[in-house]
Amino acid sequence: MSAPTLPLDAAATTTTDHSGIAILFEGVRLAFEENEVLRGVSFRLPLGETKALFGVAGSGKSTILKLALGLLKPDAGRIVVLGNDMTQMREEDLFELRGKIGMVFQESALFDSLTVRENVAFRLMEERGIYDPDIDRRVREALSFVELEHTVDMFPSELSGGMRRRVAIARAIITQPELLLYDSPTGGLDPVTSNTIVELIVKQRDVYKTSSLLVTHRLQDAFTMATHQFDKQANRLQELPRGQYCDVPMSFLVLRDGKVIFDGDIHQLVHTKDEYIKEYIS
Amino acid sequence: MELISPTELAKEKVLAVQEYTLLAIQSVANVFRKPLYLADMVQQADLIGVGSLPIVVLIGFFTGAVLAVQSANTLQRFGSISLIGQLVSLSMVRELGPVLTGILVAGRNASGMASELGSMVVTEQIDAMRALGTDPMKKLVTPRVISTVFMLFFLTIISDFVGLAGGLMVAKVLLNLDARQYWSNAWQSLVFEDVFMGLVKPVLFGFIIATVGCYYGMTARGGTQGVGRATTQAVVTASVLIIVVNFFVTQFLMNVLKYK
Repeated sequence: MSAPTLPLDAAATTTTDHSGIAILFEGVRLAFEENEVLRGVSFRLPLGETKALFGVAGSGKSTILKLALGLLKPDAGRIVVLGNDMTQMREEDLFELRGKIGMVFQESALFDSLTVRENVAFRLMEERGIYDPDIDRRVREALSFVELEHTVDMFPSELSGGMRRRVAIARAIITQPELLLYDSPTGGLDPVTSNTIVELIVKQRDVYKTSSLLVTHRLQDAFTMATHQFDKQANRLQELPRGQYCDVPMSFLVLRDGKVIFDGDIHQLVHTKDEYIKEYIS
Repeated sequence: MELISPTELAKEKVLAVQEYTLLAIQSVANVFRKPLYLADMVQQADLIGVGSLPIVVLIGFFTGAVLAVQSANTLQRFGSISLIGQLVSLSMVRELGPVLTGILVAGRNASGMASELGSMVVTEQIDAMRALGTDPMKKLVTPRVISTVFMLFFLTIISDFVGLAGGLMVAKVLLNLDARQYWSNAWQSLVFEDVFMGLVKPVLFGFIIATVGCYYGMTARGGTQGVGRATTQAVVTASVLIIVVNFFVTQFLMNVLKYK
């Protein structure tokens, strides 16, 4: 079930108890030169929940992910991730925290001079310095999760867009991070490949109970995630009866002009009275 | 083209100098922090050093040769043709060896670094590296700086040597001078100050080449066009800096070493 949400853009509210919260944004503001992208964004992502971020292009969705990962620093406000106040941390300290976070970039961002094996093993190789049998086993496990074991010795340029996205997911989950950030994981993909990616995201949510923040333009993907659960026995998605949608740990957040205009579950979303959101989801 | 106010332009330039200085300081400071990425250093040393060897040898040899050809005429007029070994050796070791090798390596490697790192920036690979908990400064910049400084030092020694060999070829084949006399003249004319000056310069030039190449790569913006721009700027800036720094270092060392 979706956890209670903060009042929209509650910049003045300061939360000191971070237990049970994967991500907390409080009054976050960010501008690139004259362009103010985020204007006091506040929300929280409880542990184990997946939150889908919607908004038109340029509304600051990807920026929120980069802020949550500490790749960008806010001009104002507070960001707490897995109990750590990112706004107070130095870059050197952030590297350790990022070890607990996985990120799937919009264009996959695989290292093009490394093979799939080296890409997926990158984080473990950095920790241990050598490629040992244990790393090889974990690489194969991660690739088997995304059903791409056969690509282990291929280079990213030899893979299709969908395969690259799946390798990026394997790279993000190999260390079983506590938090996953997905930046348009299905963007630009055909419906069949998109469904495969959605299935992987739901599998990660339901099997490993990983908290995740997901940026997407595709409403149908987010609705599928909110209305389905992963059946481990059958190894596929299973649609839930209409009354059980709230059992899925999934919520939605809609951005407009750098502000949060909606933060709630699927039930609240489909029954919203906001004309803009109604038009957006129609 | 968008016009920028002089104030904004000045701010941009000051910011660029600040960012470059920070990168340069960090690249050195990372040498004392773990991990050291020795494998990356060896790989870069191979790319920069071994990869540049053929052109350094070729250019060094013909520079020494042309130096001998050009100076032979003047020296003959004063009846000092036997001093050709001394002239080639001092010119190569003190100036031409370090500067020419530096400019060659700048053209080949500063551009390579800027384009490689620039491509990684625009395709979010640098962000991905940071997201995976790895410091790109440690993993990408420091190994390039260390390897360039180290390899340029040895490339300059090789360039000096083959330059002398080029001069020898001209002295022996075209000027019919005695090879033994050329070598002893070239060798004995060199003093500690000459060698010291000739070996300090490649260390500085190597640092300039790598930090400038990495700086333009890491700050590349604007897709493939931005990467192309960064590559060109890296070569131009590194080459100009080498020439300018060479003047000041020569002056400084001459004063410090009380060189006459």
